Amino acid sequence: MPIAVVPNFALAAPEIFLALAAMALLVTGAFMNERSAARVTSYGGVLALLVTAGIVLSMNKASRMTFGETFIFDGFAAFMKVMILVSAAAVVFMAKEYLIRHEIDRFEFPILVMLATLGMIMMVSANDFIALYLGLELQSLALYVIASFQRDGTRSAEAGLKYFVLGALASGMLLYGMSLVYGFAGTTGFVPLADLFAHGGAPTGVIVGIVFILAGLAFKVSAVPFHMWTPDVYEGAPTPVTALFAVAPKIAAMGLLIRVMVGPFGDLGGQWQQIVIFISIASMILGAVAAINQRNIKRLMAYSSIGNMGYALIGLAVAAEAADPVIRADGIRNMLIFLAIYVFMNVGTFAVILTMRRGGRMIEDIDGLAGLSKTNPLMALCLGVFMFSMAGIPPFAGFLGKLYIFQSAVQAGLFPLAIIGVLASVVAAFYYIRIVKVMYFDAADEAFDSPIGMEMKSILVISFIFVTFFILFPVPLIAGATRATASLLGG
Amino acid sequence: MLEIGLAHYLTLAAILFTLGVFGIFINRKNVIIILMSIELLLLSVNINLVAFSANLGDLVGQVFSLFILTVAAAEAAIGLAILVVYFRNRGSIYVDDINVMKG
Repeated sequence: MPIAVVPNFALAAPEIFLALAAMALLVTGAFMNERSAARVTSYGGVLALLVTAGIVLSMNKASRMTFGETFIFDGFAAFMKVMILVSAAAVVFMAKEYLIRHEIDRFEFPILVMLATLGMIMMVSANDFIALYLGLELQSLALYVIASFQRDGTRSAEAGLKYFVLGALASGMLLYGMSLVYGFAGTTGFVPLADLFAHGGAPTGVIVGIVFILAGLAFKVSAVPFHMWTPDVYEGAPTPVTALFAVAPKIAAMGLLIRVMVGPFGDLGGQWQQIVIFISIASMILGAVAAINQRNIKRLMAYSSIGNMGYALIGLAVAAEAADPVIRADGIRNMLIFLAIYVFMNVGTFAVILTMRRGGRMIEDIDGLAGLSKTNPLMALCLGVFMFSMAGIPPFAGFLGKLYIFQSAVQAGLFPLAIIGVLASVVAAFYYIRIVKVMYFDAADEAFDSPIGMEMKSILVISFIFVTFFILFPVPLIAGATRATASLLGG
Repeated sequence: MLEIGLAHYLTLAAILFTLGVFGIFINRKNVIIILMSIELLLLSVNINLVAFSANLGDLVGQVFSLFILTVAAAEAAIGLAILVVYFRNRGSIYVDDINVMKG
């Protein structure tokens, strides 16, 4: 009898490739002179992230496990990984110019983003609490460093410190929950846990553990009441880092939340559903109300992302509530569609924020956008479309994302969620559309520095096309999300 | 004669965990104390895991606690590095001084 069998490494091919690429670029960067190294690792990083996404797409999406059932690759993992990798690549692509202008264009930046991304894609493939924890920490440790990447800036250092302390607290809560689940269920694997809870009952210790795990994960997706780090970190971190925080880690943590809650704890839906409903409602309301007074556009985007996570969590509440498997699957599917649209809107908006610069200084005040429609009509049009889309105004993509999510809530009978969601998005429309008003109707300020660089332009154009024309060609994304959900729920 | 059972270990871990959380939120003095509180959180989880592992006769808990120890070391290193960067900028590590951004 063999003592051990060689695990199937092919399933982890994207992770292995990304890890090797990051290490190769690190060595390359260390041996080159400083200036050219930053350029090489930046382009190399974008390329490696996109190649990894290509590997994910080319793999067979059938649900398979390896490394002793601690690692799973299925259509759901593939969908989330592609979103994470593409958004991280877009951020590295956009970051180069900003880093050069602020004299922080060190070659480590793209490598740290790659390592964080590696942690994220490991996280969404985790099928065991130990694997989950290690992926999460790889992501967090790299993100702590890049939050404080502008070492001579007070605000960046403070953002890094706050993110570190609260992130470590979240990890601690997550771990405490995991230890309780392990102790009372006797295993850390998602497959045995799902078997154990299949009849719907669980010891109290496990329920307490689930609550701690939910709290820890809510920190990572910045849902209320664990959101307090978000505005400060978003404001203080260098803008490209803020752009990364707004997309990739959110998607990864949401993927993780879906995987953990629907997988091992899926049959305990009645136990954790109330918590998800509460944090969803609280996030929607806070995201809508607290952003009204913000003058800083990065802080505004922070509250906007809190609100958007609230909308996305409706999908999870639906998955817990609905007895009908079709409505359940629809809830998860619509959540995935919402998240994909969210990524495009945010990347596009941050591309505009990254170009807000006068006389070499970044402008973060919303009033700085005054009269943009006269000084740069195309950029004003793009930002206007993104803002209308986030406010949920048809025919833009954001409208469809919200429509699907609210439809799911109504189908599952969660009327309070749908009603509060619609009301919150009406309130939120105020601050989104105020930006449009500032751009189009306020007296023109000085023009922003130009030219804005080919990277920003290409990202802007891609996001703009997606957000505007999604309503005409929604089928590819919906089909992708449907397949992902089917592989998550159907096994 | 008092026998020390699982419940004792769990109580100890719960007390340490609570102390760690309070150390982060109530502490108004020094960021170093926050870093110590974070270590306390992670170590209380380790006590939990090892106690459960011994109680269940299952090794996974102890393996998990070794992973946590390793990650905790990396986390402490990064936390101290960020703290050094912060100190260079502000010349202080008092919690009340961490207030450049508000709202």
